Amino acid sequence: MKKAILPLFFLAIAGFAANAQKVYATKTGQIKFNASSPIEKIEAVNNQVDSKFVDKTGQIVFSALIKSFKFENQLMEDHFNENYLESSKIPKAEFRGFISNIASVDFTKDGKYPVTVEGILNLHGVQQKVSTSGTLEIVGGKPVIVGVFKVKIKDYGITGLYIGDKIASEAEISVNCKYE
Amino acid sequence: MKTRFNFSKYPGYLVLLICLYLLPFASRAQNVDLFKMQDDQNKKEKKETTDITTSIFKTTRIVNSQSIENTGAGVLDLKISHRFGMVNTGGYNFFGLDQATMRIGMDYGISNRLEIGLGRSTYNKEYDGFFKFRILRQSTGKVNMPLSLSVVSTAVLNTLKDQATSYTTHYSDHASYVSQVLLARKFGDFFSLQLAPTMVHYNIVPTTAYRNDLYSMGTGFRLRLSKRVNLTGEYYYQVQRIPGYYNSASVGFDIETGGHVFQLFFTNSTGINERSFITQTDGRWGNGGVHFGFNISRVFTVVKHKQISNDKKW
Repeated sequence: MKKAILPLFFLAIAGFAANAQKVYATKTGQIKFNASSPIEKIEAVNNQVDSKFVDKTGQIVFSALIKSFKFENQLMEDHFNENYLESSKIPKAEFRGFISNIASVDFTKDGKYPVTVEGILNLHGVQQKVSTSGTLEIVGGKPVIVGVFKVKIKDYGITGLYIGDKIASEAEISVNCKYE
Repeated sequence: MKTRFNFSKYPGYLVLLICLYLLPFASRAQNVDLFKMQDDQNKKEKKETTDITTSIFKTTRIVNSQSIENTGAGVLDLKISHRFGMVNTGGYNFFGLDQATMRIGMDYGISNRLEIGLGRSTYNKEYDGFFKFRILRQSTGKVNMPLSLSVVSTAVLNTLKDQATSYTTHYSDHASYVSQVLLARKFGDFFSLQLAPTMVHYNIVPTTAYRNDLYSMGTGFRLRLSKRVNLTGEYYYQVQRIPGYYNSASVGFDIETGGHVFQLFFTNSTGINERSFITQTDGRWGNGGVHFGFNISRVFTVVKHKQISNDKKW
């Protein structure tokens, strides 16, 4: 008699599961920064990038502390923080956006999926629209996002005598995040 | 035969079922919003993270004296310090530019808190060695530390040939030691101040009228003039002075160029190591007894930062 009610419960729960969103996150994402010129090698790496994205909506967030960018040359790192990115005033860089073709990614099947990411990069306190393509790879059910894009340093209100000379006017930002 | 479930008998079940059906719609309405989550996280982090103040001074020396800054871990800093002769020696000596005293030194950062260094000065043919250890680091956030504190210990060895004396001399007589506590604070981006209580110990002094231990108070500042140029200055007030010597006072500029800091200054001290300039400054600002000088520093990365060396893997 009471058994008759069970399918109704299952139906209700199935409806809930089908709509559930999963948030993938990492706190050890990697962002590399390269503004090398023919004269000088200017490279830094940050292995403590905080990033999250939602599988259904494609909403994605990256957050990186400027001080966590490590250079080979200590003095270069000091200049990067003090003179260019002014990290004591603006400690973080953030990207907030969406993976616009997230629907094409099958999270249950391993493989490489090309993705397009669009959003706002907040760097040095200046917000600029960024649109780039990358890949979302599913490895053993876990997503890895890899992408490269360029930013014009002057677009972000970063000034200095050496930009465009010793420092490239466009910096290359490489992202590599393995999510859980 | 009653096969139909009678909801009217159990109204509770009906309510539960409706709730369950509605739940997915409710959760759709409350979609995960990462942007909002990030905002909340940023607010939380502001309270929970500690931001260590960097670049209190631009390099490891103010002019002659040690600044609170350390050479980074794994970084070798080759320093060439140069003082011309005294400006008041006039046109014949081209206002001091005909003469020079020098120190060549190497500093190395063992960790971000510990720095060691060795140097050789032409003045009195002296060797010096030091270590500098950072105990407190100025910071804001979770740990709010108002100032940075370091200790510096320097040993100086004079290698001038012994003069004939009526008493036997020992090799240890050539040595003197300097102990300093450095207290520094950065007030915003533009101004930093440092205090350095100092004790200089001579293993031997000429007569009993001289003291072996001499106390002094060092002060130094940095004022930012532009992103690349800073005005610096230092003054050592001596509580006890060796007769014939004066207090050391210097003023100059730190000029940053890409990978290094170039210092240009005027100072009344001839010697460049701690013992020499703190207790044996022979010039006087009052009558133009000052030297024009510069420090050149070139840094070499000996041990790469772990994060960077691991990076080569992908």
